[in-house]
Amino acid sequence: MSRPLIAVLDYGIGNLRSAQKGLERMGADARLTADSGLIADAAGVVLPGVGAFGPCMAALGRTGLDDRARAAAASGRPFLGICIGLQLLYEGSDEAPGMSGLGILPGTVRLLAGGVKRPQMQWNRLEVRTRIPMLAGLGGAWVYFVHSYAAPMADNVAATCDYGGPVAAVIADDNVWATQFHPEKSARPGLRLLENFVDQARSAAAVAWRAS
Amino acid sequence: MSPASGPAAVSGNARVISCLDVDAGRVVKGVNFVDLADAGDPVELAARYDQQGADEVVFLDITASSDRRETTVDLVHRTAEEVFIPFTIGGGIRAVDDARRLLRAGADKVSVNTAAVSRPELVAEIAGEFGSQCAVVSIDARRTHGGAFPFEVFTHGGRTPTGIDAIEYAIRVTELGAGEILLTSMDRDGTRDGFDLELTRAVVGVVNVPVIASGGVGTLDHLAEGVVKGGADAVLAASIFHFGAHTVAEAKAHMAAAGIPVRPADA
Repeated sequence: MSRPLIAVLDYGIGNLRSAQKGLERMGADARLTADSGLIADAAGVVLPGVGAFGPCMAALGRTGLDDRARAAAASGRPFLGICIGLQLLYEGSDEAPGMSGLGILPGTVRLLAGGVKRPQMQWNRLEVRTRIPMLAGLGGAWVYFVHSYAAPMADNVAATCDYGGPVAAVIADDNVWATQFHPEKSARPGLRLLENFVDQARSAAAVAWRAS
Repeated sequence: MSPASGPAAVSGNARVISCLDVDAGRVVKGVNFVDLADAGDPVELAARYDQQGADEVVFLDITASSDRRETTVDLVHRTAEEVFIPFTIGGGIRAVDDARRLLRAGADKVSVNTAAVSRPELVAEIAGEFGSQCAVVSIDARRTHGGAFPFEVFTHGGRTPTGIDAIEYAIRVTELGAGEILLTSMDRDGTRDGFDLELTRAVVGVVNVPVIASGGVGTLDHLAEGVVKGGADAVLAASIFHFGAHTVAEAKAHMAAAGIPVRPADA
């Protein structure tokens, strides 16, 4: 089987290497990169991340990766946001009032409500709402969350976890996938999700190649 | 993100954390941090704990000195290739640059101890740059036995008294942006007498971030007590796992039987 090229967007913040290693383990040629050519050629693009919305968004802007991320999402190629990489896809966040997000998805990321400890730093169980390829093999799976903010509940929320009420755990909006949890830190189920993404990127690349 | 201090809110699923004390790239675990015995390769051990169902791994580089820092970075680098659960590295982190190097190499969190006591702003700097979720403050505390406050912060692997009230200090570092407290009772560490539950409760009661109970685990009951009686969000143990007395799966089954929500080891 081919090893599809996956561009893991490198904006110099925190631990981005684990996502790259997880993707490699599941059959991808994963590169940590900010290079526009490589990102344009990739079969799939991953926006990983740890940290705070403001500094991450600023780093994306500094490196020009904000425009490259928007272009990749608009290209129809498989796109995966992870943790803060999910939150950055929205228009903004309570964490950085007045700062614009990537605006790829509508709405604002909100502080976790309802008398819960913040951050949610624990393993929690996925409740699947929409059966999609991304979640193949992940029904009821335990995955690792670290976050204090969450995406708005909408039709594109494909799975939730329970933390003082349902919290958006997985987003699937056409080619744009995103997880609030860290698949690269979620043992077997997390690696399975990365494998699902690599498979998706491989098939999408094959379709694009036949069409060209 | 600035987690507020205050009384504990709703807790979630308890985590079982395996701790690997590391010296020059090898795992060690001593009684009260003296008399060290070699228990193997840290990367191999961490990968084994991942497969066994541990929720996290913590590496404490107990003799970290500047000439050994590259060994630690290399350890983190190799771990990130083999281990797909969160891992924390502590020991010898004195500046934001130290934290950056370890996070870039693949660590999920960095734990600061002595350096944060000398300069608490370090916690704010790490949290500000990389987020509170990766800023763990490790507190080594001892009972004062009738002092002005009940528990005192110690540094340098539990050898040096600081005159600082451990409870006040926990509140302070949380206000500065610590996302998690790794709380070790130096009275209990290595004794196998169980956690200092009073210490655990006292800290859990004043901060609103997760608290990891550490120091003294000798039985599976001790792990359950840390959560049920101590109120901890996570429990950390070393020897009982390293020397095969119990597996992580046994620990989780025991905790689940005690009514504690945990991720099943075979999930």
